[in-house]
Amino acid sequence: MVHLVVEPKVASGVGVSLEGVVRTFGGKPVLDGVDVIVPAAGRVGIVGRSGAGKSTLLSLVAGLDDPDGGEINVGGAARAKDRLARCALMPQRDCLLPWRTALDNAALALENAGIRRREARRRAAPLFARLGLAGAEQLRPAKLSGGMRQRVAFLRTLLTGKAVLLLDEPFGALDAITRAELQEWLGAVLAAEPKTVLLVTHDVEEALLLCDRVLVLADGRVAAELEVDVRRGGAPRRELVTSQAFLELRERALEAIG
Amino acid sequence: MRRLWPPVVLLAGAVGLWELVVRATQTPDYLFPAPTSVASSLVDDAGVLGRATLVTVREIVLGYLLAVVVAVGMAVILHFSAALRRALLPILVLSQTVPTVLLAPILAIVLGYGIEPKLIVVAIVCFFPIVVNAVDGLRSADPELVRMMRTLHGTRLAIFRRVELPGALPAIFSGARVAATYAAVGAVFGEWAGSSAGLGFVILQAQPALDTARIFAAVLVLSALALVLYALVTLTERLVVPWQPEARRA
Repeated sequence: MVHLVVEPKVASGVGVSLEGVVRTFGGKPVLDGVDVIVPAAGRVGIVGRSGAGKSTLLSLVAGLDDPDGGEINVGGAARAKDRLARCALMPQRDCLLPWRTALDNAALALENAGIRRREARRRAAPLFARLGLAGAEQLRPAKLSGGMRQRVAFLRTLLTGKAVLLLDEPFGALDAITRAELQEWLGAVLAAEPKTVLLVTHDVEEALLLCDRVLVLADGRVAAELEVDVRRGGAPRRELVTSQAFLELRERALEAIG
Repeated sequence: MRRLWPPVVLLAGAVGLWELVVRATQTPDYLFPAPTSVASSLVDDAGVLGRATLVTVREIVLGYLLAVVVAVGMAVILHFSAALRRALLPILVLSQTVPTVLLAPILAIVLGYGIEPKLIVVAIVCFFPIVVNAVDGLRSADPELVRMMRTLHGTRLAIFRRVELPGALPAIFSGARVAATYAAVGAVFGEWAGSSAGLGFVILQAQPALDTARIFAAVLVLSALALVLYALVTLTERLVVPWQPEARRA
């Protein structure tokens, strides 16, 4: 197994857990007793309608927000500040800094960790070639396509070196073809670099393709829990998404979303 | 370059008309000099104007740089302290209602006839647009970028250095460009309040002598100085803020 990141933190037993998490906004519960367990190096997808509380859930896990009830644990840490320190969040928008080149954007987390710019670049550079971004290093975000921007944004998240990755609609802004491409790309990257992943998306297919388990969030609760036993490995995407087992899972998820 | 043509043609037309009207009405030079009289004054008084220009350029450049440094520094302090911002920003706005023309003589009395009071007048005139734009620019950082920096474990200082400050540069430069057009006027005010050299001093001396053509020549040089400063600031912006889409070009 090839570790892409220079300093990988070995995932400890527990990845992420949420127990009876409640979060209310203006008296209205957005999350109303949510339980989620992501084993270390496991991948869990959360799907649901817009406004089902998916992004709220991710903000809570990331330590950007505190729940009104219940407990959240990320790699053994419960306090918001410690949760924030143990995971890396990839936001819905790529949030690349327009004044930085792709390479410097990717290296941002390293610089934030106090590593000097030259050294941060040296560590980030090899990943560009390996992740299909060769030649894009010196381009500013304005010159990158939507798909390239998301790749750089993911790379930036990966380079935090954290064992837990929180992905918030990572490909939500892309067209269908680019999106399919990036889903395959992300699957390959995660196969080479196992991480604890919590993926939030409104795209059921995406969750089923990338995750071991998919939870359906509806009315502030987990409405369904699907084990994705159609293995992703090997089978090409087109074959997989049209297989009977996949279609059945998809049907069950869509039904639970309601 | 093509964008330069319309104003150049318009200006040439206006100057031509001016020349025509002055000649047709046989207006004496001391009342309203024709462009050709101004041009010959530029040539004849080149020595006087040249020496005066050197003095005034120094005041403009040093005063302007002083304004940029103090204004950006002040903006950063105000950005980090909400309490100071609430207390100081209204006072800064209020201070703008004090006419600089009145401030200049007081500064001359307190600081004498050297270059210092002129620098301060130039700096005061240029300070406001820069500080206001810089504070706004720093505060209008994209909250999603700030959030992203937090999730990438950036400290407050890292967020400032890597997101807020670069994001505020376009705003800082638009303030600096406005200020660049004020600097020459500030230098003249400073010189009028008490000086023995500079373009403002040349104007003061030419007035009782009814050498109106020379006054016009001095004003022309002052405008040119303001224009050059403006161009330099714009050029600096292109170098420092290369990621700006080529949308706005003044």
